[in-house]
Amino acid sequence: MSAITLTVNGQRTTVNAAPMKRLLDVLREDLHLTGAKEGCGEGECGSCSVLMDGGDGQAELVNSCLIPILQAEGTCITTIEGLEHGHNLDPIQQCFLEKGGAQCGICTPGMILATHHLLDKYPQPTLAQIQEGLAGNLCRCTGYMRIFDAVQQAATKSG
Amino acid sequence: MRSNVTDYSLIAPATLTAALQTLASDPTLTPIAGGTELMVALSAGRLPQKRLLSINHLKELRFISVTPETITLGSGTTFTDIRGHAGIASDFPLLAQAASWTGSIANQNRGTLGGNIVNASPAADSPPALLAYDADLTLISAAGTRTMPYRPFHLGYKKTALAPGELLHSITIPRKFAAYRAYTRKVGTRNAQAISKVALACLALVTDGPDNPGIRQIQDIRIGAASLREFPTRCTATEQAILNHPILRETLPATIAAARAALATEARPIDDIRSTARYRAAVAGNLLEEFLHSLQGAS
Amino acid sequence: MPDPGPIVGTSPIRKEGLAKVTGRAQYVDDITLPGMWYGATVRSTIPRGRITSIVFAPEIAWSEFTICTAADIPGENCIIHLTKDHVCLASDFINHPAEPILLLAHPDRAVLHAAVEAVHITYEELPGVYTIEDSELGAAGDTSKVIWDHPGHGGSPNTFKTFLMQKGDDPLPDAELEKIFASADFVVEGEYRTGAQEQLYIENNGVIAEAFRNPDGSLDSVTVSGSMQCPYYLVHALEVVFNLPAEKCRVIQTETGGAFGGKEDFPSVNGSHAALLAMKSGHPVKICYDRAEDLIATTKRHPSRTRHRTAVSKDGKLLAGEIEVALDGGAYVTLSPVVLSRATIHAPGPYHWPHLTVRAKAMATNIAPHGAFRGFGAPQSLFALERHMDKIAHTIGLTPEEFRRRNFLSTGMHTATGQHLSDPVDMQALLTRALKESNYHQKRAEFDRTNPTSPIKRGIGFASFMHGSGFTGSGERRLNSLVRIELMADGRPNILVSSTEFGQGTNTILSQVCAQTLRIPYEEVLVAQPDTAVVPNSGPTVASRTAMIVGKLIERASESLLATLAPYLANSAGLPDFDYSIPCEVPAHFTPADFKRAAQAYLADRGSLVSEARYEAPGNIFWDDDQYKGDAYPTYAWAVYVAEVAVDTTTYIAEVTDFHALQEVGKVIHPILAKGQIEGGVAQGIGYALYEKCVYVDGLMRNNQMTNYIMPTSADLPPIHVHFEETPSIHGPQGAKGIGELPMDGPAPAILNAIEHATGIAFTEIPLLPEDIFERMTATPASGSEDLNATDLDTRTETEVPA
Repeated sequence: MSAITLTVNGQRTTVNAAPMKRLLDVLREDLHLTGAKEGCGEGECGSCSVLMDGGDGQAELVNSCLIPILQAEGTCITTIEGLEHGHNLDPIQQCFLEKGGAQCGICTPGMILATHHLLDKYPQPTLAQIQEGLAGNLCRCTGYMRIFDAVQQAATKSG
Repeated sequence: MRSNVTDYSLIAPATLTAALQTLASDPTLTPIAGGTELMVALSAGRLPQKRLLSINHLKELRFISVTPETITLGSGTTFTDIRGHAGIASDFPLLAQAASWTGSIANQNRGTLGGNIVNASPAADSPPALLAYDADLTLISAAGTRTMPYRPFHLGYKKTALAPGELLHSITIPRKFAAYRAYTRKVGTRNAQAISKVALACLALVTDGPDNPGIRQIQDIRIGAASLREFPTRCTATEQAILNHPILRETLPATIAAARAALATEARPIDDIRSTARYRAAVAGNLLEEFLHSLQGAS
Repeated sequence: MPDPGPIVGTSPIRKEGLAKVTGRAQYVDDITLPGMWYGATVRSTIPRGRITSIVFAPEIAWSEFTICTAADIPGENCIIHLTKDHVCLASDFINHPAEPILLLAHPDRAVLHAAVEAVHITYEELPGVYTIEDSELGAAGDTSKVIWDHPGHGGSPNTFKTFLMQKGDDPLPDAELEKIFASADFVVEGEYRTGAQEQLYIENNGVIAEAFRNPDGSLDSVTVSGSMQCPYYLVHALEVVFNLPAEKCRVIQTETGGAFGGKEDFPSVNGSHAALLAMKSGHPVKICYDRAEDLIATTKRHPSRTRHRTAVSKDGKLLAGEIEVALDGGAYVTLSPVVLSRATIHAPGPYHWPHLTVRAKAMATNIAPHGAFRGFGAPQSLFALERHMDKIAHTIGLTPEEFRRRNFLSTGMHTATGQHLSDPVDMQALLTRALKESNYHQKRAEFDRTNPTSPIKRGIGFASFMHGSGFTGSGERRLNSLVRIELMADGRPNILVSSTEFGQGTNTILSQVCAQTLRIPYEEVLVAQPDTAVVPNSGPTVASRTAMIVGKLIERASESLLATLAPYLANSAGLPDFDYSIPCEVPAHFTPADFKRAAQAYLADRGSLVSEARYEAPGNIFWDDDQYKGDAYPTYAWAVYVAEVAVDTTTYIAEVTDFHALQEVGKVIHPILAKGQIEGGVAQGIGYALYEKCVYVDGLMRNNQMTNYIMPTSADLPPIHVHFEETPSIHGPQGAKGIGELPMDGPAPAILNAIEHATGIAFTEIPLLPEDIFERMTATPASGSEDLNATDLDTRTETEVPA
């Protein structure tokens, strides 16, 4: 077991875990943040997506199922639970609500974080950029069309 | 079902030097960088290597340096790093393209060029480009460094020339392809997040022949391929078969036929759960043909 | 509070939406109970045979584990669906790969993997049957191929169920039918196949079970919470496995991360398993499959083979048809008979057949049982039909459009089961609009012009079809569904149904119907978590029945609640000494505030108000199970889907480049949810047609990873344009009909019709992968039966019989 310190949703925290324990399991089991989901365990479905800042101020989208917790030492992690601003939803969350971007909801936390990453990179993304940016987040319910709508509306709101 | 993580160890020495010393004292440690391969095996309960060495945090391995003659990429360079580098985009479009179609954005943020090479999957995305660009590899161990061409690095299915105790340090590509025509195409199971069924990365230098001024011919040609052999392959027989061929509308069909015939001799695709050998062979031929057709256009 | 105005037909925020976008929604794997253990399943490694020994390897501390075998089952070793052939745990005979044999539980999830690997089972292996054809050999008397032989089902070995559906009260004898075929201008035959398809909900199957004991130590009750569609199905399964009365088997649905039919029948299996472990261990036990296990062990869409033989006149009229539908049911009967029934009834499509015989059968194979998946048999038989309709059109020299126009069903006609179409049906207008929206004619001409010189072959095609809303045949009568609405202390109504939310919008649309009927804001309506200790049985959440059937019951229960409140509403001014015992009409006008006051006043007087509505079959709806005739569904949704494709002759990859989905679904309750349903269904349909293949080796799915089972990503789908026509039906609330399954039916045939237009090749099987296109495109003319260059199809004939 190793003591590993990282910052999760702005909160500095130390967990005692096997160093190969997946970041996903640390979030869900040790920190009780169950917003990140396991859909495949192989970095394919993106439902475990979180944002990870390795120290350079750049929050990058990662699959938390593929990260041994030791590699998250010293990083800043943002999960879906950290996206709200006080009692206010992030505009992306609001747009997913209004535009029907969430159906069963299991891919939604990852999809919203992927959108966050996408809009950081491309504040006014083209459809092709949206399609590429979200291609690592599989959704079986929507056929993605309502999600594209939500992303475009979120871009408009923040742009 | 996922493995019991308490059966595994992982250490992360602070510096490259420390990592190499650790590896020297225990060459059975398995290096892990972005984890996009090994962690999949862990989740599936089939990661046989129980003791791992993290190199993901080593800044010494994550760099891109440019000289007038070369670009050198540290093995810890992520695909996102590659995509974001203007010099690679302009000088090495095949590599930039390969980085863009490796996994998803999240995988590109974690996956490294070194991992892609050392993991040695026959379907890996970046090796065909690196083979076409004549990359050199720098390997490093506590005993020192050595440099070797990338082409002979792959020895067999998932077997490489990496010695015990050695890490891939960096990949160096000569900046000598500005005049080359570049072509690459990946045929995967879908448009994104796909594993290659077959892919080609090709370069050709087409200039007036020394003996036939006014007639353009293939002065140099390099073809890297994925999923045609048990490891990423340079298709040298195919290259040889059409080297110095003129690029003329009348002779192109014969050139294509020669290229296809040669490719058929050196490609050994297989049937697996993703595709068939017949399909892979045929599509590789079609891509080659598409590449050769593209050489007809204005330079 | 102002008058909320119309609510049905608007798009309020989905009820559980906030919980979902904030990550607060609790799916089963997010829940941990005190003292909870984790369960795992030891599965067969062979497809068929006998267990000869089970050895527990000594390196595991087995005393720490709870181990369940079939011997621990207090009731019957049987997962009940429609029959009792399906064992809960195999004790002797193995009938499919990955069949459950043993269950293990331990407080530490991490140690289970090694424990499962340390159970060594030996077998006497027997040859398996993996195809419909092999299974038919068994049915025909080849005893070496008999793998299932229970009396009273399909009549012969390996045959789970058969149906014979014939048009007309007095179907023609075979000899007479043959005369029609003999004298027809054309007889067109075809065989069509569809593959297994995985539902691929992103949340794997999972449950948590608890068992409770009486003071004397005997089992009192079991409770199972989890990801599922049909809580009362699981209650029924638990009753049999535990030999407990229904009220001692409590089932609670947790937030469910996608289902699509894949959590209809399967939770009866894993729910029973977890409850067995809970009973034996004395702890709550969670079983959540990982993706690899979910893919090898749980249900998929039935593979199918459909054969058509059709007599047609030269002026393009259907004269008679014979259709043979065969489904691969997998190793046990499960839901195959009802899937087969929907396949049978949808096999004739939206066409008028003067004479028609449909013979259908579900066959046994040594593959994990196939089960429910959106569409439930209809996508299979409609794929065959809509490919066949194009084939007939090409054969007789009509366009696919014109041939269909000459044979469409319309208002007042009778379907193949003899159902009189009394509701308006206008396929002609639907087709006209769909072709216009998709610019079909112009594109067809354009592609015909550009294809000969282009390496990318483009095509456009369509499919016309319908989908029956609600349970098939007498199903709704038998379900006898019940809904309840109770008033909460603050006067808000709370909907109590076992109908579950798994993304399609159950909570939202039922609340809309309730709010509109009660004339209160949508936000005021609550929906109870489906918990069989609390909610009545409103039937399973399947079969496109929730909006129409359950929605109508909610409308009725809401009306009766209002009627009960009428005197209180009448006294909205709150006059003292008002005599509430005098019945009165519901006032024509009242405000939401009036409603709330009336509700609170009623509760103050009477303590509680619960309103119920139970399904009553409309008097003019009748179905005869024995004759397989009558009103197969209360009503149908009708649709025309148009697909545009590009086939790359360099890679043989076919891509859908544009898609139009037009449907008549009655009143659209929630336009955004409805669009989302259609788009999601179309996406699954595109996957079904072009991407999603279950690769089986000896009955075991070998590509059981998301990396290798290929579903479309956001970069693989075309724009999906959704168009609605709304012809209200009397059977649904505010005129709504079912839409959930419909969009699964049309994409595959529309896409393959478009690919035939693009390439001239008539593909007959899905999934159609680039490898398949490659083989046909490069086949030598001698080995291929199709002419690659045929774009003008008027001259094509197949099995033509001269008049």
